[in-house]
Amino acid sequence: MTATTTPYAELKAPTTARRLLTAPTTGPLVALLLACAFFSVSTDQFLTGGNFSLIVQQVMVVGTLAIGQTLIILTAGIDLSCGAVMAFGSIVIAKMAAEGSLPPLVAIALGIAVCGGFGLLNGLLVQKIPLPPFIVTLGMLNVAFALTHIYSEEQTVTNLPGPLTALGKTFPLGHTDITYGSLVTIALFLLLAYALSSTGWGRHVYALGNSQEAARLNGIRTSRLTIGIYTVAGLLYGIAALLLISRTGVGDPQAGQTDNLDSITAVVLGGTSLFGGRGSVLGTFIGVLIVGVFRNGLQLMGVASIYQTLITGVLVILAVTVDQLSRKKAR
Amino acid sequence: MSRISRLPAPLLRAAACTGVAALALTACGSGSGSGTASTGSGSVKVGLITKTDTNPFFVKMKEGAEKAAKENGAQLSTAAGKFDGDNAGQVTAIENMVAAGVKGILITPSDSKAIVPAIQKARAKGVLVIALDTPTEPESAVDALFATDNLKAGQLIGEYAKAAMKGKTAKIAALDLAPGVSVGVQRHNGFLKGFGATDKDVVCAQDTGGDQAKGQTAMENCLQKAPGINVVYTINEPAALGAYTALKAKGREKDVLIVSVDGGCTGTQAVKDGKIAATSQQYPLKMAAEGVKAVVTYAKDGKKASGYTDTGVTLISDKAQDGVTSKDTAYGLENCWG
Repeated sequence: MTATTTPYAELKAPTTARRLLTAPTTGPLVALLLACAFFSVSTDQFLTGGNFSLIVQQVMVVGTLAIGQTLIILTAGIDLSCGAVMAFGSIVIAKMAAEGSLPPLVAIALGIAVCGGFGLLNGLLVQKIPLPPFIVTLGMLNVAFALTHIYSEEQTVTNLPGPLTALGKTFPLGHTDITYGSLVTIALFLLLAYALSSTGWGRHVYALGNSQEAARLNGIRTSRLTIGIYTVAGLLYGIAALLLISRTGVGDPQAGQTDNLDSITAVVLGGTSLFGGRGSVLGTFIGVLIVGVFRNGLQLMGVASIYQTLITGVLVILAVTVDQLSRKKAR
Repeated sequence: MSRISRLPAPLLRAAACTGVAALALTACGSGSGSGTASTGSGSVKVGLITKTDTNPFFVKMKEGAEKAAKENGAQLSTAAGKFDGDNAGQVTAIENMVAAGVKGILITPSDSKAIVPAIQKARAKGVLVIALDTPTEPESAVDALFATDNLKAGQLIGEYAKAAMKGKTAKIAALDLAPGVSVGVQRHNGFLKGFGATDKDVVCAQDTGGDQAKGQTAMENCLQKAPGINVVYTINEPAALGAYTALKAKGREKDVLIVSVDGGCTGTQAVKDGKIAATSQQYPLKMAAEGVKAVVTYAKDGKKASGYTDTGVTLISDKAQDGVTSKDTAYGLENCWG
């Protein structure tokens, strides 16, 4: 519906496109900096290198999921299955390596591939039948959730071999400790940000999100593109699964139950439009940090966690409101 | 927002990059490690992490901790998982509390095994960690455990049910918690031990997650499977009330004995109303209060609490059975939680 009202100029002129990429992240960035300033003043412990390193560690799993979620939302889709697919991937990795006596690296590759397979399947169902992404991924959420519990036999997998948790290890930088996993997440954000803003593929993703029909008429192979996006997202969930294991040190069948909604929250807070075609993964990174900063900051202040939920809810509504109002003005 | 979006793109990008860079710099720059935050002067900081924010059991636990914190001049901060089983949420809460400089953390683990690495990290930084209500696996992963003896809680209602059946042949239904959760397993096994039965005597066993609606569905299905059920063991009172609703719909509420564990106020009232025959009452408020005291003691004298402290369990029923010690619902309602 909104696609038809998008001015043609947005698709054509790169400067306009760039402006659209950048503009939606400004609001979230201001919100993030304000929150940081607020917590720096209200607590002694917030403004330390160690604490910032901690926040990045805490958001790396949802952050990595949110990259995939951003790609899918840019195509005007949505992925409800990401947390469940990640949980399944993590159990596959943990069990294969801890009990299946597979070499850890093979187990990791297998887990990531399994998640990629789920993504591919999502993409095929969305594109080939076609079914609405909401329905496909809702179904896949249940499938992956059930497989996780069946395969794990409801048991937490402990005693993981060292390489599985290697990304959770830290190295010192100045006076703080940085987790290797945080670097992986940041690298993935930068990589996908580059791919979206500076490659033909990226431009096609935005075009697809603005109008699938227009994109197809312009010679973009929309079917292959869509399936590819879902597959890439799936692979990202597999990497998130590895990060999850490295962070908690166990394979946990209960993991990821609210991560689908958390990742959507991050995408929305980062200024990406749920109607497709507008937004960026850097925005999502900011969105992820906003949630992490509030959770951490409020905890440092000694505020009960239910207020995090309250504040996050208000922020989400504000973010969508800003998106809608700026669209109206843009006409 | 719309006004901002009309600024020239390069300016915006520059602003964005500076912001991110500033953040990155702070992240890599000065600052002490996240642990052992110096609280300076002021009160002892205590953290309480429960499974969820919403379960009345944990609400009561929080109340107990708040009261004890006030009495002991401690500063309490609380956190919870988003849902029962949210391990990652609890890990995050532990990290943030350690960063905030707490002296001790009281935690009700959502996942007894999965939480262990995070607890170890906190303890390595000199934080006293006490498990409340639910033990960790292994139990030695924490400094101390303040909890109900769940095996005993089950055993008490098992003994009660045995006495109340007065020699009649029992057909038992078990409305359990969830697979692999130690609290549920212990209560279930305790009940069988107290009753002198084995799992073979259980004609129908279903998981309820401790939820009333699921308890009702489970009981309906059990009655379908085995209409002759005359004893129902339930993991907690919401599940028991669900079972009661299902039995009432079949007109069976008078001739089926329901026993339960928890001692919440709603549940204890249900015992008084005759819906549940007996329940084992536990004391979350006491767990939390003792926990806060232990942290304050540690802060003052450096003396760490250790081992298992049984916070007690009392059998509540208005129809006392010979040979089984119980207290009436007047006592139960005075000491109930929620």
